[in-house]
Amino acid sequence: MVDAVLPADAVVVARLRARDETMFAALIDAWSPGMVRAARAFVADDHTAQDVVQEAWLGVLRGIDGFQERSSLRTWVYRIVVNKAKTRGVRDARTVPASSLGLDDGPTVDPARFRGADDPYPGHWRSFPPAWPSPEDDAVAGETRRQLAAALAGLPDRQRVVVTLRDVSGHSSEEVCEMLSISAANQRVLLHRGRAALRATLEQHWIKEAMA
Amino acid sequence: MNCDEFVELVTAYLEGALPLETEQRFVEHLAECDGCDRYLEQIRATVDALGHLPAQRLAPEARDRLLAAFRDWPAG
Repeated sequence: MVDAVLPADAVVVARLRARDETMFAALIDAWSPGMVRAARAFVADDHTAQDVVQEAWLGVLRGIDGFQERSSLRTWVYRIVVNKAKTRGVRDARTVPASSLGLDDGPTVDPARFRGADDPYPGHWRSFPPAWPSPEDDAVAGETRRQLAAALAGLPDRQRVVVTLRDVSGHSSEEVCEMLSISAANQRVLLHRGRAALRATLEQHWIKEAMA
Repeated sequence: MNCDEFVELVTAYLEGALPLETEQRFVEHLAECDGCDRYLEQIRATVDALGHLPAQRLAPEARDRLLAAFRDWPAG
């Protein structure tokens, strides 16, 4: 997501400190949708996500005069969202490392899709992943988004949070690591598992559709 | 490189995080395997579609409340 309409951080910060309401309104309009989505990755319902984003903006007001510009303004704002969301998140009652639940281990594609050790081509596809209908088709694109939204909600918590921040909200891996205080390697594993699971859901959906 | 190894390296590849030697083996495999080419393309399509999920808007009342709070906020 590109914030084409917003000026550089230094300008935005100076205007907010000067209590320029137009600037604040522009910022709210540009960033709130992504913030609601990010918050929704942590909390159980839309209402709580809305609350979290309001609280976060109030946190931005409280903090803007002391903002040090060590990170980008957007990353700083999202970190406030993440922190507020974590204190509210019923879904965040999960300090158990996911690896201990086996969620971060093992192959992301069903091993049965690949040829066995006794085959002349071990580890190669038994049959290629079937082609998907073209996303140029509006009905296909709409159905893809519906399937993805549902599948995203069903991902393990840490995967859902990372995929939402990276692929839905469009943050860089550095930003996400900073927001969540996780290592680059950990972030990549969660992103990888999440994306693979979502791709598999779409594949299952299009296979079922093709047979219907 | 085998396909079952390839599918586990897709994210690291897209992140530009593969060691050079592994990236070369990854790209070589990609060039000769239609199944893995399709797999990578479908991961890309998934990521692209995620970036187009409908926005969840902030409720208008919440926006009004925030602007009112901003107006009343003491100057720093």
